[in-house]
Amino acid sequence: MKRDEVTGIAGAEVCAGNAGVISIPAGELRRVAEGLRRDKDVPMDYLRDIVGMDWGEEGLGAIYFMESAGTGERVALKVAVTDREQPLLPTVSDLWKTALIKEREVFDFFGIRFAGHPDMRRLFLREDWKGWPLRKDYDMDSNPLRLDNETNADTTTEYRLLPDGTLEGVAHPVFGEGDFVINIGPQHPSTHGALRMRVALDGETVTKVDPILGYIHRGIEKMNESLTYPQTLGMTDRLDYLSAHQSRHALCMCIERAAGIEVPERAVYIRAVMDELQRIDSHLIFYACMVLDMGAMTPFFYGFREREMILDIFEETTGGRLIQHYNVIGGVQADIHPDFCRKVREFTAHMRSVIKDYHDIFTDNVIADTRLKGVGLLSGEDAVSLGCTGATGRASGWANDVRKRHPYSVYGKVDFRQVTRTEGDSFARYLVRMDEILESCRIIDQLIDNIPEGGFRAKTKPVIKLPEGIYTAEVESSRGEFGVMIESRGDKVPYRLHFRSTGLPLVHAMDTVCRGWKIADLIAIGASLDFVIPDIDR
Amino acid sequence: MFLDYYNLEPLLTGIHAALCGLMPEWAALTLEGVAVGVAIMLMYAVLAVVLIYMERKVCAAFQCRIGPNRVGGKGGLLQVPADVLKILTKEIISLTHADRFLYNLAPFLVILASILTFSCLPWNKGAEILHMNIGIFFVLAASSIGVLGILLAGWSSNSKYTLIGAVRSGAMIISYEVSIGISVLTMVVLSGAMDIQTIVAGQADGWNIFKGHVPAVAAFIVYLIAGNAEANRGPFDLAEAEQELTAGYHTEYSGMHFGFFYLAEYLNLFITAGIAATLFLGGWMPLHVAGLDGFNAVMDYIPGFVWFLGKTFVIVFLLMWIRWTYPRLRIDQVLTLEWKYLMPTSLAVLLLMTVCKVCGLTF
Amino acid sequence: MEYEDFKNNDYLEEMVRRLNADGAGVVLTTADELIDWGRSNSVWSLALGTSCCAIEFMALGAGRYDMARFGFEVTRNSPRQADLLLVLGTITYRMAPLMKRLYDQMAEPKYVVAVGGCTISGGPFIKSYNVVRGIDQIIPVDVYIPGCPPRPEAFYYGLMQLQRKIKVERFLGGVNRRQKEADGCEAGTEKGGEA
Repeated sequence: MKRDEVTGIAGAEVCAGNAGVISIPAGELRRVAEGLRRDKDVPMDYLRDIVGMDWGEEGLGAIYFMESAGTGERVALKVAVTDREQPLLPTVSDLWKTALIKEREVFDFFGIRFAGHPDMRRLFLREDWKGWPLRKDYDMDSNPLRLDNETNADTTTEYRLLPDGTLEGVAHPVFGEGDFVINIGPQHPSTHGALRMRVALDGETVTKVDPILGYIHRGIEKMNESLTYPQTLGMTDRLDYLSAHQSRHALCMCIERAAGIEVPERAVYIRAVMDELQRIDSHLIFYACMVLDMGAMTPFFYGFREREMILDIFEETTGGRLIQHYNVIGGVQADIHPDFCRKVREFTAHMRSVIKDYHDIFTDNVIADTRLKGVGLLSGEDAVSLGCTGATGRASGWANDVRKRHPYSVYGKVDFRQVTRTEGDSFARYLVRMDEILESCRIIDQLIDNIPEGGFRAKTKPVIKLPEGIYTAEVESSRGEFGVMIESRGDKVPYRLHFRSTGLPLVHAMDTVCRGWKIADLIAIGASLDFVIPDIDR
Repeated sequence: MFLDYYNLEPLLTGIHAALCGLMPEWAALTLEGVAVGVAIMLMYAVLAVVLIYMERKVCAAFQCRIGPNRVGGKGGLLQVPADVLKILTKEIISLTHADRFLYNLAPFLVILASILTFSCLPWNKGAEILHMNIGIFFVLAASSIGVLGILLAGWSSNSKYTLIGAVRSGAMIISYEVSIGISVLTMVVLSGAMDIQTIVAGQADGWNIFKGHVPAVAAFIVYLIAGNAEANRGPFDLAEAEQELTAGYHTEYSGMHFGFFYLAEYLNLFITAGIAATLFLGGWMPLHVAGLDGFNAVMDYIPGFVWFLGKTFVIVFLLMWIRWTYPRLRIDQVLTLEWKYLMPTSLAVLLLMTVCKVCGLTF
Repeated sequence: MEYEDFKNNDYLEEMVRRLNADGAGVVLTTADELIDWGRSNSVWSLALGTSCCAIEFMALGAGRYDMARFGFEVTRNSPRQADLLLVLGTITYRMAPLMKRLYDQMAEPKYVVAVGGCTISGGPFIKSYNVVRGIDQIIPVDVYIPGCPPRPEAFYYGLMQLQRKIKVERFLGGVNRRQKEADGCEAGTEKGGEA
C-alpha cells in the first residue's frame, strides 16, 4: 500500500501542517498499517513514533509516524476513538517491535488500551497511579507525593477483543517460576541515571531483561502545554543533556518551520558547529563511561580532559557548561565569541591527535577486544524494527543518519561520511562513535572558516503563535533521531508538544541484545547502546 | 662472610636471654609473643595507610590528576589517617535478615588470613616472625582462609549482589590457587627448600630469577598474574566489580567491618608482592653478583629490610600500574585464562624447572 | 579557602555557641576536634545521580577539578559505606521512596547535600505532576547547592561548607540532646545525629 492509496480511503483526510498526517477511521488502522508495513517496493519498516493524543471533542487517539528505512519516504496516520471510558485501539506491535514500548507509553499517559498487546503495564508512572496525566481533563493534584514502597506486578495483562465485542484480559507472568531475578538500578553506578532493570539470570547468564522506567519522568510534555513557545525551549536542554544543542535545535526548527521564520545564514552555521561540538562532547562522555563500566578507570579521565576543552568553548560563547540555552527561535542567543573560531580549530586539531591515545589504551587492549567483539549482537532487521537510530543502528548496518536522509541546516552542503558498520556488536557500536568524532571534526573544519557575516538572530514577533496544524522536525542528536512534534490550535501555547525520545527504543532493545550474555556484558552492552535516562523518561 | 651487618638474630637472642633471667621462660615467651603481636598489628596498620596513600597518588598520576593534596599540609599526607579516623567512628550496621554470627565473623576471617600470611614474610635476616621448615606451604594454607571469609560475607549478608560477588570470588580464588601453588612449587624445586629463610639464604649468590633463568621468569609472570587474581585486584576485581555489583561481597558492610575488607585488600596486595620478592627476587638479600666481591660488600651496607621493602614496593607499583590500565575481565574469561592457559603453562614450567635442576642447567 | 572568605560565618558561630552552651570538657573537646577533623576530611559520597547534575559531578571527579584533592576522593556505591548522600538531579514521585530508603540504609554519621534547583525546590519542573518540590520534604538536608546545574566551583563551595559544618560537631562531648529536643529538630539546618 502506498501513501496515495491511504489518502483514497473513505473518511481519510490530510491534516494541516508540514507533517502531512493522514486521518483515517480507527477501524481501518490495522488494515492500513499492515498494508504499509508489508508493501513490496517501499515497506514502511521503521516506526518512528507513536504519539498519544487527547483531542477533546474528537476523542482520544494516536498518531503513527512511519518511514521506510530504505528510501526515507514517510507516512503519518492519525486515528481517534471517541470512547473516553474504555478507549481501545488495535495493537501494531506484531508489525513493529518498537510499538511494544511506544504503545505502553500511550497507555500510561492516555489510558488507551491496545488490543493484542502482550504487556499492558504502566511505563513511566507508579503502578498504583490514578488517572491518565496527559489527558486534558486530568486533575493535577490527584496524585500527591507518597512515600510507601511501590510493588511491581509480577504479571502483565493482555487485552483481547472477543468476537462479541467484549474485552478479555489474559495474564502473562513477567518472569518464570525458577528465575533468579536481580534488580539493577535505579540507584546503580552504571545505569547512567535512574534506570531500573529487573534481570532474570541463569547462573550469570541473562535470560530476560525487564526495564522499568520513569524514575526521572518529569512530565515535560504536559508542562509544555501551559508554556509559551519561547518558554518551552528551556525544557529541551534538560531532556538529553548531552545533546542539549541538538534537541533545542530541533524544537527551534519546528517552530520556525511552522511560523515561517527565516533563520539568518550565520545562525545556521553557528548552530551546525555547535551541534557537532556537542556530538563530540557526548561521544567523549560515551567513551569515558564505556571504559569505566568495563572497569578501566584511567581512560575515563582522558575523555573528560578533552571534553573540558569543548566546555570552555561553549562557556565563552553561551555562558553555560552543560546546559547552554543557546538556540532561540529565529537564530541564536548571542554572537560567537571573538576567539571562538580559533579555539575550535585548535580543538579539532588536538582531538585528531589524541584520539590515537584513546585507541592505544583501550581499543587495542586484548581484554577490551574479547569483551566487546561478537558480544551483544543486534541484527540490522531488529535495529530497524526496534527503531534503534543513531550509532546503534548504524553499527548494525542501517544507514539512518538524519543529516543524510533528510538534510537540514547546512548538512546538505558539507562533505562527510556516514559511518556504518555491519557487525552489530558492542565493538562496532563503540567504533562507530569513535569514528564519528573524526567525522564531526571534519564537518566543523569545513564550516568554521566559512561562517558568513551578518545577523545571528532573525527578528520575531514578541508573541509567537503558530497556525493550526501538526508540525514536525527532527535532527540527528548525539545518540539518534530526535524528533519534535507540535500540534497547534493557533494559540501562543502548543496544544500538544511531543518529543521523540532517542533512548527509549535503545532501552527497549536491551532485552533483545542482552539475552544469553553475562551480567558483565549487560553493563557493557548498556554502555555501548549509550542512552541518557532523562531523555527516555521526559 | 657478608650479611652480618644487620643481622637481628644476636640482638633478639640477647633480649630473650635477658628476659629469661628476670622471669620464668613461659612468662618471657608470653611477653615476647604479645610484643611481637602488637608489632605485627602496628606494622600492618602502618603499611595499609602507606599502601592506600600510594595507590591514590599512583592512580592520580596515571589519570592526569593530582590526587590528595590538601589534608595535612603538602601532598595530602594525612588523607588516609583522616579516613581511618572517620571509619573508626562510623556506625556498624547490623542487618535484620542476615545470619548475624557469620556476618560478624566474616571480616575477622579475612583479616586473620591476611595477618597470618603477613607474619611469614622475611623482613630481615633474623627477623622472621613465624619460622617453620614448611613456611611457604604455611603461607599457601593460611591465605586460603581468606576466601572462606569472603564466601561467608557474601552468603550471610542475604543479598543477591553480595552472593554473586562471593561466588565469583570463590570460583576465582580457588582456581588461581592452583597456579600460585604450582609456580611456588617451581621455586621450591629450584631452591630445594620450603623454609622461607633457607630459600632467601640460598639466593646469596644470585636471585632465583637469575639462577632459574627461563623457567623462573615464566613462573614469575604466572605468579604475578595469579597473585593479582588472588588479591582480588583489577583486572580481576570481579568480586567487587563496582560497576556491576556496586561493592560486591562487602556491599552490606559498614564502618570498621568494611574497613577490615578494605585493609585486607591492600595488605593482600603487599603480601602477594612480598612473596614474589622473596621467591624470585631474593627477599631481604642484597643484590649480589658472584665474583664481584667489592660490589657485593657495598650492597651489603644497605640493610635487609630496605631491600625487602624496596623490592616489594616495586612489584606493588607494577600491580597498581596493571590495575589502573586494564579493563575488567568477565567471569568466564577469568576461568578460561586460568584453566586453559595459566595452569598448563605453570605445569610445563614446573616440568622444565625440574629438568633444568636435574640436569644442572641452573646457576 | 580562608575563614574570612566565607559569607555565612555568623551562622556557623551561632551553631558553635549553641553547642557550647552547656560547657564542654577539655579532653573530650580535643578528642572531638580530632574526630571531626577526620570526618570532615574524609567525606565519601554516594552519588544519587538522576539527571544533569550528575554529569557535572563526574566533571568534578575528573582531572581538571579533581575532588580527590580535598578528601572527597572515594565514592562508594553502597549506601552502607558512604557518609554523604549527594542528590544530583530531579527527584520524581517514583524515585522519592527509594531516595528515602537510601538515606535510611546509610550508616551514621550521614549528611545530605542537595545539588541543583530540582532537588532544592523542583526547579524548572515545579509545576509538574510527578516531581518532588524539594527533597527536604523527605530527608533532612545539610547543604544546598543551587544552580542548574551548579558549576564545579559551586560544588566545592557547598562541599566546603559541609566540611565546616562537620568540624563543629560533637561526638564525645555530647550533642546537646536536651537542647536539641527543645529547639525542635529543624530539618535542613540541624543534622539528625548520633547522640
